[in-house]
Amino acid sequence: MKNMPRFGLLPLLAFLISCGQQAPEATTEQLATKAELMVYSARKEHLIKPLFDLFTEQTGIIVNYITDKEGPLLARLEAEGDNSPADMLITVDAGNLWQASQLGVLQPLQSALLEANVPSHLQDADNQWFALTIRARTMVYASDRLSPDAMSSYEQLADKAWRGKLCLRTSKKVYNQSLVASMMASLGEAQTEQVISGWVANLALDPFSNDTKVMEAISVGQCDVGIVNSYYYGRLMKTNPELALALFWPNQEGEGGAGRGVHINVSGAGVTKASKHKAQAQQLLEWLSGAQAQQILMGLNQEYPVNPTVVLNEELAAWGEFKGDMISVSEAGRLQAKAVKLMDRAGYR
Amino acid sequence: MVEQASLFQRKQLLNLLLKIIALLTVLMVLAPLLVILWSWASDQGAVWQHLIDTQLTRLLRNTLVLVVGVAIGVSILGVSLAWLTVMCEFPGRRWLDWALMLPLAMPAYVLAFVVLGAFDFTGPLQQGLHGWLGESYSYVDVRHELVVIAVLVLVFYPYVYMLARSAFLAQGSDQLEAARVLGASRWQAFFRIALPMARPAIVAGVSLALMETLADFGTVAVFNYDTFTTAIYKAWFGLFNLAAAAQLASLLLLFVALALMAEKQSRGQRSYTQSAGNQVRHRLSKLQSLLALCYCGAVLLVAFILPVVQLLQWVLADGLAAIDRRFWDLLWHTVSLGLSAASITVALALVLAFSRRNSRGVGRHFYDLATLGYALPGSVLAVGIMLSFAYIDRQFMVPLLTLLGAEPRQLLVGSVFALLVAYWVRFLAVANGPIDSSLQRINQSIPEVAATLGVTGLPLLWRVYLPMLAPGLLTAGVLVLVDVMKEMPATLLLRPFGWDTLAVRIYEMTSEGEWQRAALPAVSLVAVGLIPVVLAVRQSAQSR
Repeated sequence: MKNMPRFGLLPLLAFLISCGQQAPEATTEQLATKAELMVYSARKEHLIKPLFDLFTEQTGIIVNYITDKEGPLLARLEAEGDNSPADMLITVDAGNLWQASQLGVLQPLQSALLEANVPSHLQDADNQWFALTIRARTMVYASDRLSPDAMSSYEQLADKAWRGKLCLRTSKKVYNQSLVASMMASLGEAQTEQVISGWVANLALDPFSNDTKVMEAISVGQCDVGIVNSYYYGRLMKTNPELALALFWPNQEGEGGAGRGVHINVSGAGVTKASKHKAQAQQLLEWLSGAQAQQILMGLNQEYPVNPTVVLNEELAAWGEFKGDMISVSEAGRLQAKAVKLMDRAGYR
Repeated sequence: MVEQASLFQRKQLLNLLLKIIALLTVLMVLAPLLVILWSWASDQGAVWQHLIDTQLTRLLRNTLVLVVGVAIGVSILGVSLAWLTVMCEFPGRRWLDWALMLPLAMPAYVLAFVVLGAFDFTGPLQQGLHGWLGESYSYVDVRHELVVIAVLVLVFYPYVYMLARSAFLAQGSDQLEAARVLGASRWQAFFRIALPMARPAIVAGVSLALMETLADFGTVAVFNYDTFTTAIYKAWFGLFNLAAAAQLASLLLLFVALALMAEKQSRGQRSYTQSAGNQVRHRLSKLQSLLALCYCGAVLLVAFILPVVQLLQWVLADGLAAIDRRFWDLLWHTVSLGLSAASITVALALVLAFSRRNSRGVGRHFYDLATLGYALPGSVLAVGIMLSFAYIDRQFMVPLLTLLGAEPRQLLVGSVFALLVAYWVRFLAVANGPIDSSLQRINQSIPEVAATLGVTGLPLLWRVYLPMLAPGLLTAGVLVLVDVMKEMPATLLLRPFGWDTLAVRIYEMTSEGEWQRAALPAVSLVAVGLIPVVLAVRQSAQSR
């Protein structure tokens, strides 16, 4: 027992020494010649690292990154202000991107390349952020006992005919918040609230914590139809190709709101206001919207590329073509907090 | 004379130094808490009204059910298991004694996703039943309130078990023998002598479990079970309102502070000092032995063995390709951060415990403030710490660097130091429990006797207190080490680039719904957590 305090100090010492070794101080000359970018990312490491590695290989610009949830990252960017080491913010979901531009942590970019690569409804009106991938939040159904003719739109899932047949993910997930926000933008608040109340009445089970669980519940017959992001379907079918599940693209026909198209959400990025390497950060963003990076993004997570010149890979092409909701993504972002309150009122947990 | 005077001065100096360290520690904890309280400066009435209108009653009801359920569960499991392994003798007791601590190494969020993965519709159990019974089998939704409680109880009971165990060990069996001689039955002796004497330890364990429960978000999120924490995250991530989230979190803080004060009050001036006694274990009959073995074994099986088997199965299904150089980096970061944070935290908790012992009245409550960090949801505390460090950076560090002609940049935010501070702010309460309860068991007359023999100051600490406190210190160190290695939100927000840990990797996988790929870091985390637990057990076995 006499050794207790020494035992405690040893690892501390080893640790402090290793810290010293791990972080060699870069001199100012080095910084000038070789820029190192710092990215704050709400996208997970395994979805961004392959891209950064390739970018470094091609340009010599090293990309460092921190991953976390959107909320803490935004809070950190805001608190750090001008001192922030971050050059770029990568995040998912229109609401988060809209919020970032509202907080004033991003800066506008003038780039002909980005304007050409990213369609205008998939970028910020002030050019503070640009979408990198599109994720379609669509319907999935039990293909062994349901005909696609039975379905038409998100709104139709509120019909009494679906009582006890619907499975949903929790309203706490930002994807559903964004979906409901886009409905509010097209249908108005009152009608949207009716639809959501209808959904809640039709639920077969309590909402699930993730999309995969929704599809699994459908596959064992607990419910017939659900709403998921298409790439979760891709991922599940890769491991269980025998499952009797199929995607359905809603809101393809009809006038006005009814035919507005499938809800699309985005992942996107912007250069921070505090960035000390604006040119290199812009270079990275432009590179990410280019054909090669878009191909890799598509392959990594089965998300749709934003760059219209990129040809869909076999897997995505097999899911069929669809019309996407052309409403500006930032409009959904603006309405998101309202959407959360609406879902709370409708009892959607 | 001169020598005595200088000795006196040195003692004064030492006391002063201890006081300053204790004061600084408390201030470090208070800074992020004040940042959170500062949120009340803004008016968030609209958010409150919305929450009251739509869900607050349900959330409070759920939280209450969870707290009561977990409190009952961990008390019964922890105390009964500790009693069996300390006071009784039956075949298998020696290894159950340490094996029952193993679930401590299992993060709650890991057990949650394992339980859901194993028992939900497509899990092996229900699929097996479905295959066996055919179409007549109707699936059961396991996402039930009781399952959430059970998961939390299985993960948090070791807090009570470990603390109750060392309390029972310290009691010895002399007093019980005395009670028996005076005509009390075994049960009476347990309820009227042993249990009240172990009360500080048991209460410390239960409060740790409850604070974890109140702050938990990962487990309840897996089951989509809404608690008060859910409202905090909803305000922040859904309504983009960090101020409202902080207001909600501060209520949680207030609740915990009141509960802790109430407990202290009801304990009153009763003192719990005692001398370690002899240990004579009660030998159980054949039938009793079998029952005891089944009971302990069942807990171990459900809380630890089955989940680990399921994790290993996922690891094997996914292949071992993920074990690359970066994986070893994760492991190294996890362990080195854990060890450094544990050493610092235990040292600070010891200083605090002594300062509390030496102070009277309001002073005591002041030091209690240092344990409040544990009651906040991790993300909220992490943001509080980040905001206070960002403030210091902005106001002092950057101007200082500019003054010195260096390139202005942040020194604190994003440094290993900030991360370590976050850990000790969060886990001081964990270290405090075992240290304080074993300090309380040291009779005040012991240092007085030592003083008459001329042993005071540092030698008193080295030669008298530390050996007597050793089991408590070790328990504290193990608890903090394991907790730090499991910690997720503060590590995510405050780690410097390249300092990913196993918990960070688990977060990255589970948040994308890739449970199977999370299995390897999860099982590694459990394995790394086992080492200190086993070490602690062997140490305490040797010291007896």
